Amino acid sequence: MSQNKNNSQTNIQLDFISEGKLAQMAPMEKIRMLLDEVRSGKIVVLERGLAPDEEAKLIEMTMTEIIPDEFSGIEIESYPIEQNTSFLRKILGKNTTKTRLTIIGPADQLKTIRKDRDMITAIVTK
Amino acid sequence: MVINLFSWIKRLFKKKKKAKIGIYGPPNAGKTTLANRIVRDWSGDAMGPVSHIPHETRRARRREDVIIEANGTTVTLDIIDTPGLATKIDFHGFMACGMEEEEAKRRAKEATEGVIEAVKWLEDLDGVILVMDATEDPFTQVNVTVIGNMEARKLPLVIAANKIDVQTASPARIRGAFPQHPTIPISALEGINTDQLYKEIAKRFG
Ligand SMILES: Nc1nc2c(ncn2[C@@H]2O[C@H](COP(=O)(O)OP(=O)(O)O)[C@@H](O)[C@H]2O)c(=O)[nH]1
Ligand SMILES: [Mg+2]
Repeated sequence: MSQNKNNSQTNIQLDFISEGKLAQMAPMEKIRMLLDEVRSGKIVVLERGLAPDEEAKLIEMTMTEIIPDEFSGIEIESYPIEQNTSFLRKILGKNTTKTRLTIIGPADQLKTIRKDRDMITAIVTK
Repeated sequence: MVINLFSWIKRLFKKKKKAKIGIYGPPNAGKTTLANRIVRDWSGDAMGPVSHIPHETRRARRREDVIIEANGTTVTLDIIDTPGLATKIDFHGFMACGMEEEEAKRRAKEATEGVIEAVKWLEDLDGVILVMDATEDPFTQVNVTVIGNMEARKLPLVIAANKIDVQTASPARIRGAFPQHPTIPISALEGINTDQLYKEIAKRFG
């Protein structure tokens, strides 16, 4: 945090969060953490993204925090979720959807240039 | 009289549970234009104002008991025209549309509340019509989020690839992006191919 402050004139911090770390957190805990990171100007990359309902909740929370000239929202990009076709998972009644890599940042700093099924191109500005 | 009674009884037996259908999509995709057309085609009046300024719809509007008949099926729907989802709202965008700063800020605030309402409705629906502007990139995150939520809850979804009256429209791009869902190319404004959409609605939401 403090290190980030020192470098804030020139650098942008990127945090890469593993699937394991996110799996240990409760949904609201994840969303709070993500919004705090983004509001402090960081770009966050999630190895395995958020569940669809968590994504909806993140959008909702983002809306409550928008302040004119201070925070205009987030840019978030993920690939469409995949259906997990594993026979075993189906038999066991496990979740058959698979969320994928997700990148989240402040709307005024992270811009998506292009996105398709398997490629996201974005630029980060200060 | 006899015929009326007969059709009434027929309808009584054919009528299934009412389905609550939300209209979603990015700002300006044509959600309200489509909601107006559906409501006008099947119940005779309009739903709400349309505008080229994003976030014109800042409150979800609901029209109950819209009865659609297609393919010999009758479906009764509650149509909810939502403000749609957005992940960012900047009041400068409204100023660029010619608004004064104060009004632009008020609009932006209302727009954020509208998005919250749209998110809340998502939990309370039986199906979604996802309107996409076929002249634009289909992989916007709000589309991915809406589709993800419907898939996770195993609820039906129909994609309306809108604005095919515009030269640069590419419904094929949308179909390629989300091949697991039915995509119907339409023009909500001109009323092109809406019959096809109604057939799909009757099939999926019936
Ligand atoms: N060319 C064309 N324009 C459309 C179509 N549907 C909507 N529009 C225009 O797109 C703009 C946004 O429409 P609106 O229904 O308010 O979008 P909403 O924000 O998704 O509710 C308006 O200027 C409409 O006239 C269409 O099928 N073709
Ligand atoms: Mg609208």
